[in-house]
Amino acid sequence: MKKVTVHVTLKQGVLDPQGKAIQTSLHSLGFPEVEEARVGKYIELTMEDDADIEARVKAMCDKLLANPVIEDYRFNVEEAVQS
Amino acid sequence: MKFAVIVFPGSNCDRDMYHAAKDVLKEDADLVWYENSNLENYDGVLLPGGFSYGDYLRSGAVASTSNVMKQIKAHAEKGKPVLGVCNGFQILLEAGLLPGAMLRNKNLAFMCHQEPLAVANNQTQFTTEYAKGEIVRFPIAHGEGNYFCNEQTLADLKANDQIVFTYENNPNGSVADIAGIINEQGNVLGMMPHPERAVEELLGSDDGLKLFQSVVKNWRESYVVNR
Repeated sequence: MKKVTVHVTLKQGVLDPQGKAIQTSLHSLGFPEVEEARVGKYIELTMEDDADIEARVKAMCDKLLANPVIEDYRFNVEEAVQS
Repeated sequence: MKFAVIVFPGSNCDRDMYHAAKDVLKEDADLVWYENSNLENYDGVLLPGGFSYGDYLRSGAVASTSNVMKQIKAHAEKGKPVLGVCNGFQILLEAGLLPGAMLRNKNLAFMCHQEPLAVANNQTQFTTEYAKGEIVRFPIAHGEGNYFCNEQTLADLKANDQIVFTYENNPNGSVADIAGIINEQGNVLGMMPHPERAVEELLGSDDGLKLFQSVVKNWRESYVVNR
């Protein structure tokens, strides 16, 4: 089994109102060094290994997990740790 | 004219849409549950507002993958009218029937009030009853209505006259004050403001009535020509 971790983030240049609010809050908490905060999503998939796993996950990202108009994504495939 | 109002789990403006079509316009309309839908016998598809699938992942993303969307795409390809309002607009964007995407409102707040809009294009089958530039008042009710598209898409929207409604006082940060856009073929309209909640004076505005009247009138005219 593989564990796939997907990170989805807003594209650079796309306004991130949530990130902006977080940045403002951090400033008011005494962390003026924060120049930018951007919010993204983290998705874990546990799935059967497959020779095409990279291509399959890429298709999942393009079709559903990310919206290519506003978001970028990156993912990592690793061995799932059996619990 | 026979309308299908598509109901997803989490839709909450479906009854308003149905009421506008059935009781106010006096046309045929059915509430159609997304799972057992056959759209072949319907002339128009209405995608109502709400929070389909709890807005999980992104607004409209999960609904856009449902089986009924394949039928709506086929319906649209035949040139039949599709209107998506609010969450319905978000679903049309996610399904790729309209270009662009929605971001959180610029001020991060869910906004629910009436907004003045300008009719930017009155040459669509949804807007012929309006005058060009006419100011109409529709309610908005959304947290993610901040329309975004890249510069190329925006240039295309402008060049093809696909921007149908614009905000007079942009409440959410949408690019180019966009409140509603239509596809290139001119039969799929998506908009964040709610015309179906502005069909009776009692509701504070009946400016939305002309949108539905436009659809019916244009459908009747093309129906007569095509039969």
